[in-house]
Amino acid sequence: MYQIDNLVKDLVKQHGRAREALMPILQGVVAQHNYLTDEAMVEVAKELDLSAAEVYGTASFYTFLDTEPRGKYVIRVCKTITCAMKGKNEIIEVLQEMLRINVGETTLNDKFTILETNCIGWCHKAPAILINDTPYTDLTREKLVKIIKEYMHQ
Amino acid sequence: MINLTINSKPVSVPEGSTVLKAAEKLNIHIPTLCNHDDLCVVGNCRVCVVEQKGARALIASCAHPATEGMEILTNSLKVRNARKHIVELLLSEHRADCTKCYRNQNCELQTLANAYSYGDHLFINLIKDHEIMIDQTSASIVKDDSKCIRCQRCVRTCAELQKVSALAVSGKGCNQKISTFHDRPLSHVVCTNCGQCIIRCPTGALTEKTQIEQVWDAIYNQGKHVVVQTAPAVRVALGEDLGYDPGERVTGKLVTALRQIGFDSVLDTDFSADLTIMEEGTELLTRLKKVLVDGDKETALPLFTSCSPGWIKFIEHKKPGLIPHLSTCKSPQQMFGVLAKTYYAGKRKLNPADIVSVSIMPCTAKKFEANRPEMRASGYKDVDFVLTTRELAIMIRQSGIDFRALETDNYDSIMGTSTGAGVIFGATGGVMEAALRTAYEIVTGKEVPFKDLNIVPVRGLEGVKEASLKIEGCKKEWAFLEGVELQVAIAHGLTNADKLISKVVSGEASYHFIEIMACPGGCIGGGGQPIPTNNTIRQKRVDAIYAEDMEMKLRKSHDNPEIIAVYKDFLGEPNSHKAHELLHTQYIERIRN
Amino acid sequence: METKKLNKVDLIFEHVDPRVILTKAFKMSNDDIINEVIESGLKGRGGAGFPTGMKWKFAAGEKSKEKYIVCNADEGEPGTFKDREILDRVAYKVYSGMAIAGKAIGAKKGVVYLRAEYKFLIPQLMMELDGFHTLIKDIGYNFQIEYKLGSGAYICGEESALFESIEGYRGEPRNKPPYPTQNGLFGKPTVINNVETLVNIVIIVNYGSAKYKSHGTRFSTGAKVFSVSGDTPNPGIYELELGMSVLEFVNEFGDGDTKAVQVGGASGLCVPRKLFASTIIGFEGVPTGGSVKLFNSTRSMYNVLHNYLDFFNEESCGNCTPCRVGCQQLLLGVEAVKKGDMKSSYLNELAKLADTMKVASKCGLGQSVGNAFNSILENFREEIIY
Ligand SMILES: Cc1cc2nc3c(=O)[nH]c(=O)nc-3n(C[C@H](O)[C@H](O)[C@H](O)COP(=O)(O)O)c2cc1C
Ligand code: SF4
Ligand code: SF4
Ligand code: SF4
Ligand code: SF4
Ligand code: FES
Repeated sequence: MYQIDNLVKDLVKQHGRAREALMPILQGVVAQHNYLTDEAMVEVAKELDLSAAEVYGTASFYTFLDTEPRGKYVIRVCKTITCAMKGKNEIIEVLQEMLRINVGETTLNDKFTILETNCIGWCHKAPAILINDTPYTDLTREKLVKIIKEYMHQ
Repeated sequence: MINLTINSKPVSVPEGSTVLKAAEKLNIHIPTLCNHDDLCVVGNCRVCVVEQKGARALIASCAHPATEGMEILTNSLKVRNARKHIVELLLSEHRADCTKCYRNQNCELQTLANAYSYGDHLFINLIKDHEIMIDQTSASIVKDDSKCIRCQRCVRTCAELQKVSALAVSGKGCNQKISTFHDRPLSHVVCTNCGQCIIRCPTGALTEKTQIEQVWDAIYNQGKHVVVQTAPAVRVALGEDLGYDPGERVTGKLVTALRQIGFDSVLDTDFSADLTIMEEGTELLTRLKKVLVDGDKETALPLFTSCSPGWIKFIEHKKPGLIPHLSTCKSPQQMFGVLAKTYYAGKRKLNPADIVSVSIMPCTAKKFEANRPEMRASGYKDVDFVLTTRELAIMIRQSGIDFRALETDNYDSIMGTSTGAGVIFGATGGVMEAALRTAYEIVTGKEVPFKDLNIVPVRGLEGVKEASLKIEGCKKEWAFLEGVELQVAIAHGLTNADKLISKVVSGEASYHFIEIMACPGGCIGGGGQPIPTNNTIRQKRVDAIYAEDMEMKLRKSHDNPEIIAVYKDFLGEPNSHKAHELLHTQYIERIRN
Repeated sequence: METKKLNKVDLIFEHVDPRVILTKAFKMSNDDIINEVIESGLKGRGGAGFPTGMKWKFAAGEKSKEKYIVCNADEGEPGTFKDREILDRVAYKVYSGMAIAGKAIGAKKGVVYLRAEYKFLIPQLMMELDGFHTLIKDIGYNFQIEYKLGSGAYICGEESALFESIEGYRGEPRNKPPYPTQNGLFGKPTVINNVETLVNIVIIVNYGSAKYKSHGTRFSTGAKVFSVSGDTPNPGIYELELGMSVLEFVNEFGDGDTKAVQVGGASGLCVPRKLFASTIIGFEGVPTGGSVKLFNSTRSMYNVLHNYLDFFNEESCGNCTPCRVGCQQLLLGVEAVKKGDMKSSYLNELAKLADTMKVASKCGLGQSVGNAFNSILENFREEIIY
């Protein structure tokens, strides 16, 4: 296991200490660690000479900079109109059944989190989801089961 | 100059002026909420919208620059409709229980509601009772989000004026709110308790933690001897909360009111301010000697003043490495507190356990300070309760006292006699001036070389001030200071303080002695002072402080007979062992977030 | 009824040689480039439709050593996905457009702000960007582009919020004036253009403004990439000339049962069947950043409205009162009317509130919520109530 403060230090080395480095650093922490721990935010604040509240305030503005614990695979189900019309509810049902958690929750093994999100730009191939950065589109029950099973075995 | 018309009246304003400023020039009132003269413009409340002829959308007058040929309407139908909606929207996200509210009758939102909202509320109440969270964890500040209207004045105050940013805007959309770091309790974050956010909050969302009831209980308790001390800045501001114009001095009436309320002895923090000068002045001279004569590497210079508990906590959180620079002197409030339960108790033959010590302060950080574990040198809690200027005004009103009609009176003795040097502690530069009046005389045997003892270069509302004073004609024991240019600097408001000490740390500037007050203007602009507080008002209070000084018979701390007596009868001499035990303290490193 | 075929074109995705385009552009004077863009009548493709040439002219007139070209690839408007496709297929044309803009206004730095949802494209985009940097160096010109990623906030598509985000702050819009061309990214004069707008620059340089103008109408020149979704047998991305009527569009894309078309995404306008024939898609009618969504008669317009309001409720930045609280009130309001907790006449109150949001909100988000709300309410009031 790497140390969060080392991760932050590496990211600071890469992006610098100016305020504009804040987003890339936070993004970098999330990419490695799935979410921003308090420790990480404090560390970033110290490195960039900001207050921890400022870091939290900025992070909490952005949906993808989670400040609550998240699993290794964050599944974001698009809930905006076209996906809602084309079967988003079923997607959620399947995910909840397979992972035995509700929307907003993380599995006990910290592997999966289910979230709803606003339009991800695949309306013509609705319903669509993102698993971390990867989009999956034109989903059906069968297709989704297969995708999740693959992630489960990873 | 830019020429425009507002409600058909022509007006010219300098380039860069806002529409709001132009309207002010015409005495046309436009309501505002998020706008505050001390802070940067954000234009988020939208209460100040006005119509610009020819434009589709309304414009926020506080943020919009006046441009040539503009035709502005401040009261058109479109404006009125929008303004009413905006006020109604704010009220819908606000828990309006005015009759129970600390800000009742002195509330900007209430004033707006009074003007624009009548009858039934237009919109659905967004406050869910089960979600109301009131953070009462801080010794100084109470934060009630259900009253917050997201004007962000507090956030801007904490960032721009105080460089603390204990508060930040978090979340977005319907989840947007004002948060500490990850919504931790205020008692567990970097907050300095300065209360500057409180005096800029337009609603009751941020208030001080009040102790009025505890003080009444003590007063009504026959077994208790309740002493009260009043800080210098209270006497030049209290009047504002009791119907006087800013700048009115009410010292004599204040004493009478406190007696009528029922305090057993009405005493003066100015006395312990004088004492602070004796201790801190001596500490400065000792440090100078250690550094200049003994070449001691351990002794830190410049010396930083320590009477502002907000400033102390700022250092403890943010620059713990600089703690050795802080004077070890307690603040005047705490020096008073410890003496009340030792020296005073002895003189008055009272059991310190039966003494309740109350202080009236312009400051909310003093509430926290009184609770510090270090502040029990008497064997008891040295200061039991701290009330702000505002809380005292409430007690005066509760007592049915007709303040204007009161006779004036003098402070009790002992610990009620003071000098002009103690009084000027209330304004930025005052501690420095008082210290120089005494230290110079100790060293040279002569008065400071300024007309009427008024050391003008250290006065005024400029954020950072610098001055130097050449020491000449030293007494024998201070010969090492002969010819030394004493370099001093003063900052008020923690952002200015941070700027100043950064210069010291970087080596860009070097001083012997630095005075810092956490609040803009010094204590006269403290977080416990009447609302509103702004630059005009601060200046009036400063003027009042110096007027009070000029009227005092004694102007130098070391001339105070009660100070001479307390050393003779009790403490020995400045910085004596006993003085150290009772009047000095130490500081701790605190978390950064 | 005989229907007119829509004019499909293939300009955006057509392959061109960037070396040829850039060499041609760099030979032109800055004024010539700007005049050519003004002459073309090109209006911004990000939604607001500001004349691109004028924007460049303002920025070119600013005296500053540093200026920026920002490409807005935040594409957050529900129903819009054309910028992703453009970046996926012809990113080099976007980069070329940025370099040309940079030349015209005197900027050496470009930033592409890409929404987090499109992060999966980054490896490919960076590769192409490397190629582009090599090419431009080869031509003997200096222009550097870098990527900045969003992190999931629709409002960061608003230009000043986007700057705030790049600078490391919460993406809250700034007060305007000053405008980006005076005071943009890092306080420097900045031209911010949509992905598709920048590709149009390449088309204009390639074919000349006269040819460009031969597409579309007088007020809506050129073609536009449409993101078509909803109840249609052929959802997808189409490049069409502007100026068609909604009816023509529905005839092409509808499923035979279209009852409403939402043009311009959640912040656009809802066009009911009775207005199909009389409504033009384009700057003279209903403008759009590209999103056209069709709803057939099985859909509840209450659900549509509710979905949009839920979106705005979350995606408002929360800075200003009319939008932060207004969005919550509109959402709770329609819910309360639906449930019968509020009388249907409360909708009139909400319509007035929407009007206030249109004129009193700080930025385009809050201002457009009112449009969307009122256009659905006016035409589908029954569905909202019952
Ligand atoms: C809430 C909001 C969201 C926006 N989102 C985008 C967007 O995702 N992409 C975009 O190009 N423009 C967006 N805009 C418009 C931009 O502010 C800006 O006008 C545009 O990027 C200018 O480029 P253009 O002139 O080439 O269209 C948005 C505006 C608002 C008010
Ligand atoms: S903050 Fe103002 S409006 Fe709100 S309850 Fe208190 S007095 Fe009333
Ligand atoms: S009391 Fe002072 S430090 Fe604390 S939140 Fe308020 S302004 Fe900031
Ligand atoms: S706490 Fe007060 S000052 Fe801060 S945003 Fe809320 S209402 Fe404004
Ligand atoms: S209109 Fe909405 S998105 Fe725009 S500034 Fe106001 S709250 Fe933010
Ligand atoms: S006072 Fe102008 S927007 Fe708040």
